[in-house]
Order: sequence, then C-alpha cells, then structure tokens
Amino acid sequence: MTIQFNDETFRDDYTFRNSDWALKRFPFPFHEDSYMYSVNMEQHRGGPEGSVYEKRFDVDEHYVSEMRDRAQVLSEDPLRCQSLPHMTLAGWDVLELIMVSKSEDYPDLFELHRDGNRWRWINKPLGIDDTFTFLDEATLPYGPLEYITRQTQGDFAVLDQRDDNLWMDAGMVTTQADWSLDFDIGMNFFEWHAPVPMAHEKGIFVRALKFLMNIQQGAPARRLNWTMTVNPLLDTSPENYHKWGIQKTTLTPENIGAKQHLRVELQTFFRLPRSNALVFPIRCYLCSFQDLMTVPKWGRRLHRVVRDLPAELATYKGFIDNRPLMLDYLSGFDDGLPTSPGIWPDLETEPPLAK
Amino acid sequence: MSTFAFPPSIKSRPVWGSFEPQSGSAYLFVADAEGAEAILDLAKVAPALMASAHIIYIPKGTDFETALRALNPAQLYVGPSYAASLPRLRKTLEDAKMGLQVYLSGSEGLMGQAMREAAEAGIPHAAIQTEHRGSVARRMQCVHCKGITEDVAVDPFVCSHCGLNLFVRDHYSRRLAAYQGVCIDAEAPGCVPEPKGIYE
Amino acid sequence: MSGAEKIAVKVTEIVPVNDLVTRFRFERVDGGALPTFSGGAHTVVEMQDGEITRLNPYSLMSDPMDPSAYTISVRRDDKGRGGSLFMHQKVQVGDEMTISYPVNLFPLDLRAKKHLFLAGGIGITPFLAQIKQLERLGGHWELHYACRTPALGSYVDELTAHHPNETHVYYDDQDQAIDLKNLLDGQPLGTHVYVCGPKGMIDWVRSTAQAEGWPREMVHYEEFLAPQPGKPFEVKLAVSNKVIAVGEHESLLEAIERAGVDAPYLCRGGACGQCETDVIDYAGKFIHRDHWLEEEQQASGKKIMPCVSRFEGRTLVLDR
Repeated sequence: MTIQFNDETFRDDYTFRNSDWALKRFPFPFHEDSYMYSVNMEQHRGGPEGSVYEKRFDVDEHYVSEMRDRAQVLSEDPLRCQSLPHMTLAGWDVLELIMVSKSEDYPDLFELHRDGNRWRWINKPLGIDDTFTFLDEATLPYGPLEYITRQTQGDFAVLDQRDDNLWMDAGMVTTQADWSLDFDIGMNFFEWHAPVPMAHEKGIFVRALKFLMNIQQGAPARRLNWTMTVNPLLDTSPENYHKWGIQKTTLTPENIGAKQHLRVELQTFFRLPRSNALVFPIRCYLCSFQDLMTVPKWGRRLHRVVRDLPAELATYKGFIDNRPLMLDYLSGFDDGLPTSPGIWPDLETEPPLAK
Repeated sequence: MSTFAFPPSIKSRPVWGSFEPQSGSAYLFVADAEGAEAILDLAKVAPALMASAHIIYIPKGTDFETALRALNPAQLYVGPSYAASLPRLRKTLEDAKMGLQVYLSGSEGLMGQAMREAAEAGIPHAAIQTEHRGSVARRMQCVHCKGITEDVAVDPFVCSHCGLNLFVRDHYSRRLAAYQGVCIDAEAPGCVPEPKGIYE
Repeated sequence: MSGAEKIAVKVTEIVPVNDLVTRFRFERVDGGALPTFSGGAHTVVEMQDGEITRLNPYSLMSDPMDPSAYTISVRRDDKGRGGSLFMHQKVQVGDEMTISYPVNLFPLDLRAKKHLFLAGGIGITPFLAQIKQLERLGGHWELHYACRTPALGSYVDELTAHHPNETHVYYDDQDQAIDLKNLLDGQPLGTHVYVCGPKGMIDWVRSTAQAEGWPREMVHYEEFLAPQPGKPFEVKLAVSNKVIAVGEHESLLEAIERAGVDAPYLCRGGACGQCETDVIDYAGKFIHRDHWLEEEQQASGKKIMPCVSRFEGRTLVLDR
C-alpha cells in the first residue's frame, strides 16, 4: 500500500490523529488483564501483514510529521543526539542497517544505490537525494547516526558491549519516556535503568542483560514497553519537564478520552556488524483513550490493568495522580466479560460492550 | 568525624570504597580537605608507596599539608582549588604509563571530577580507588538548563543558573560528575517544600 | 534453533600455509555478499564427517569490511578428535559447507589509545582481522608474535612486509621470547592488551599484567578449547526423557544434538556461556574444561558446559 502521510503536530495545537488504519495496527501492549515486568523478548523477524512488526523499521502515516518534530527538538537542543568518539563506526553500522532495511522493505519510498563505498540514498517522503562516501564523515551533513535517525521514527540508543555489560555510548533521543540521553550517555545497563522501581529486585535486568548480550548478527529481537502521556506529546523529556509537566494537571472527565494517551514503545535490538555494538531502537506509538475504547477487548483490558497496577509502577510511569480520573472513565468500558488472550484486537470474535 | 555512611540507593549512585594498597608502577593521589586523612591512613599500612606517589591536594581551609609533606611523597602539590589544579592533573595523566594507580579522596564532587579526567585518559572507572571523607554536599546538574551547581547540601535547592526549584536525585552521571536536579514544582508551580539537608 | 544464523558457502580456495596450517576461503553459494564483521569474530563451521556432524569454531582472519569472502586458517591436530583432520584431508575446493554468522567474543575495545597484541602460534588469526580493521580506522597497534620455528610462522612474511614497524616476531627454536614485563612497563595510559594462544601463554599474560598493575578491563584474551576425547559415558536428559551414550570422540553437546535434542550454543569452545546446563543428579566426577564457570560453580556439581566438559562415573542427569 502507499502510505498517506499526515500533516500534524505533536505540540501546541496537537493536531496528531490516528486513522482507522493506524488504530487497527496499534501495538496494544497487554496480552492479559494484568501487567508486571518481564523479559518479554521475542525474535524480530516480521509479523502479521500490515502490523507494526512486519518490517524491520516500521514507517507509518506519522513519519513525515514526526521527523519535522524531531528537527525542531534538535534545533532547540542539539544535545539530544550524541555519540562518544569510539561510537562513530557503530553509527555507520546503524546507517547501513536502516538504509538497507528501508530500501528493501519500502522500495516505493526509499532507494539505496551502492557502488563500492559510493552510496546514493533517496528518501522520497522527505525529499532527500544524497550521494556520499561510506565511512567518510566529511561527506554527510551530520554524523552517520544523526543523519539516518533524523530520517527514522523512534529513538535510538547505541550500546557498546564490553566488560560483560552494555554501555549506552551514543543515541538519538527526542521521543522519550522522560529520560535524558545527555545525562545517561556513558552509563552501563544497570545504571541507566537505576530509576526503574521493583525490576532490579526481581532480577529482570540481570536476565535482560544476559539475553541482550547474546543477540547475534542476523537474529534481532523485540519487546513492548508502555507508559501514559497527557496530550500526544512526543518530546516528554526531563529537559522540558518544567514546561510540559503542567499539562498532566489539565485532565477533566470531559476531555480525558481525547487528551489521555497510551504510549507504547516497540523496542527492537540488532547486533551491528563492524562495531559489535547493539542498536536499540525505541519506537513510540501514541493512541488516545477514546480511540482505544472503540476496540471492546482493549477497553475491558486497559481498565483492569490500570486499576490493578502496583502504586510504585503508576508513580514511576507518572500517572498516579490521574489514576482515579482514568478509572472513572475506563470503568465505563468494562462490562466484566472475559477477554481473549493476546494483544490483538479480535474485533470479529470479541463481543461488543454490554453496558 | 570525616566519614559518613551513605544510605543504600539506586544502582547509578556511586559507591565509594576505602583505599587498599595495590601493586603498580606509580601512584597518583587527588584529594580535597579531609580526603588527606585517607592518604595518611593508607601510608600507615603501605608506606613504601609514597616513594613513587604524586599527591595533588586542595586543602579547602583544612590543615593537613604538614602531615602530607611528612609522608615524603615523590611530588606534593597543594593548590587553591580543583580548577587551579586541573592543568597539572591533565598533564600528569597525559604523561602517565600503564601501571599507574589512581587514588581519589575527599568530597564527592572532587572525586567525581578527577575520576572523569582519569577515565578520559583511559583508566576504567572501576580500577580507580576512592574514599569519601568530609563534606556530603553534592555537585548537581540542572537537567533543564544543564548548569552545574557545586556543593549543594539541601533538597530542594534553587539552580544557580536558571533559578528553577530542583529536587535532588540519586541518579548520577560519571561523565558529568554530577547528580541530577529536576524541577520540583512543574505540576504545581510555586508549591515548593521547605529545604532540608539531603540526608535528613 | 540453537547457535547463530547459518550461511551456505562454497569452498573457493585451499592454500597450505605450512606443514601444520591450511587456509580455506569461503564464498556464498548464492554469490551474494557475506555479512561484514568485527575483528576478533569467529564462525562455526559444520562438518559432515560420515555419521558425525562436527561444529568447530574458527577465527575469521580476512578483512572484516570485505563481504566477498571469509577466510579461516586451520591448524592440523593429529591427536584431536578429527575436526581439523577432516578440514585438511576431506574438504575440497568446490565443496559446499554451512557456516554460522560471525560471533565476536574477542572484540577490540575501540576506546583504547593503543592496542597491544600478543599472539602464540595459530592464535595469530583473530589479530589478522583486527589489524585490517585498525588499519582501516587509523588505530594505533603493535603485535608481538611467538612461533615455534620460522617454518611454522604462519603469516609472518605478510605481517613483516606490510607492517615492519608494528610487527615483532619471536622464534622458540632460536630461544627468543617476549620480554613481557618490560613490554608492559612503559605502555602509554589507555593501552589495552589482547592475547590469543595456548592456555599457558594466556595465564602468563594475565598474571603478569595483574602484577604490573594493569586493570582487568584492559586485558583481553581468547582461547578456543577443542573438545578433548575421553572415556565414553551415559547421560540421562530429564526434560526430553532420553538416555544417551557419549562416545569417546564426541563431546557431550554433540551427543545431545545427535539424539535430536535442541541445546543452546554459540562458541562450542567453553568461552561464551550459552550452553550452560543444570545438573539434576550425579554420581561420579566431572571433568570441567571450560573458561565460563567459576571454580566454585565447577566444584558445586550443579552446572556443566557440555561443549568441552565431560563426566566419568555411574549416573549423570541433566536438565535438558
């Protein structure tokens, strides 16, 4: 299919909207009626046709507008994209991975022509046609990581592997769930996850690290993570928290359906060939509560998950104060009927709301 | 008493050690104020180290210079501030060879900044010995304006650069040698609790 | 499926390097590009030796940036279980084989101000790829290479011709030896040392570096263990409910695979930790040969690395 790119904003007037197509493919993150941390990894080798899992780097209707938002964030704060000196090679690995994947997966949108180290990259949606020399930084307008991630949805953490740990030594981070690359760059896996409550005690990070360090070339992996955001704001950064934090206090029973968004991260992991580093793309999908409620199964389930989530997690995810308001709204979409297992909407088989 | 038992915290918060004699070819000590006590204690158990020791010391109004000099280190520099000692520290690291052992003692801000220099020179942070002594005030970075405020002893505090009211986190960046300060009243402007000591 | 992804390749060149070492060149059967890799990576080569499937790891020695072909060098081990003999005696130009995607357990630390390489014998192979990588990236390196005799000095001529200032060669038969203590003393701060060679050499470098005050994080080593033959023994696999016999010339891991039980692995040389297996019950003694388990773990009787370790005794029950 040809994607119709939206012209929309993720700030100020918030004109972001999901089409029916985007809603049906939204990666709802709860496979059952409750949630607790787990190392929920699976192979990243395609998925159902049209789903966000199908391609290595999913491109959707928000692509062009998300890239415009990223450019604006970077122009206001260039520290959102950084790479420690030893990570330049990994940046080239990321550039190659994305260019090869996108040109193969979306030949109508992206083209890559390689003649030895002379590469020509065509990005039709963004109107880019550049020729450059692979591994020669002087031939690109930005470093390799910044160049390609200004053209790819999602945040990117690039992890160096050494001393039995992963070190976040490079990244592009403008659509984050409230963490700062500028602060966390150079930290190891346990350090940058330090603020996450409960998971350390459960041994989640020890197991996850072991899994990630063993990801090999040609065998990428993925998982989902989630949080909540008021308004479809992509840049929920600590840097700007003093500006956007106040928006969390603007929910009312009347506007919550439109304003409150479930924010889902599709996290993928690829071993990079030349640098032996790991790239960790974190792709953000937003969906308003009122859109989610059009899928009866998701309505029932979201209510139960939000209701039963431990207070530590609701605090960490930043919605403890708004939880009562959310539950008032969500309970209207939970008739107590059982839900089918798995994350898919199951529109044909799940009964409509019985109240 | 110059030692302090830091409460348990998250995994990004540095855990300071206590000096142990280590085999090596040369020894570099960087210390401020009561940090001198850690050097004096080490010299008691391993006096031979001092023959190849270079001590960079910032007294901050304390009086340990005579005692340090009595250890007869190969080199002793007593400077007025960390900033003043920095060119010397960098030159020392630039000229250093593998086998150099680095020992840092005193305030967290001093140890953090000197550790950053040593790590940039190529020494893994885990191979650098540390011992906290003296002040428990913190070097804080405002995550919003990026400005650093030195010697923060209370929580919350006012950013010395942008004026925001910040709360003191335990999340720590070795690269910045600073803890993170985050706006405390973003969701309720003007609603700022009375500051109290960080460990109170 | 266990192990790294597989690639179908064709042997396009076999070159005897000296009396013991032969070099093999692999290209993709479909003519496509092989994955680029990082210096220090190995590939696991599948050998169909009659009834037995052997999977042996070999360091990739070709240019990591060159996707047209991979090369490996195989040292003949007349006393081994036959993997190297199979490569030397059975493999012909034109044969199709299966190899794994590159896996790197011995990567360069790209932050190093200088890379100091110490090679013993066939341990030179990962450094050949790392040197090519550093030459491409403008890295600072130096090689000290110990060989038995000039005649057995694999790739000495190539190295001394291309890198006369960086390469230092030592021949055992001429009573030359690396003056390690002196070499380590005086290296600039930020130097990382890498050693690949026999176990004795690795232990010597690690202990000398430690005594000279080198941080553990700056000393890198790789030793592939070939599984050693041993007395046959019987194992019960509790999860798959099978009793299998491990033959004299096969490893425990190979016997598990032969029984059709999928077991995880990567390096097959006792280094990566992937095949770590829980012991449910035993009566007898373990012959632990891996570098992965801590000494206490080896002594506990609760873990075994089936790629290189064996067992002698009456009963062994594994959680597999």
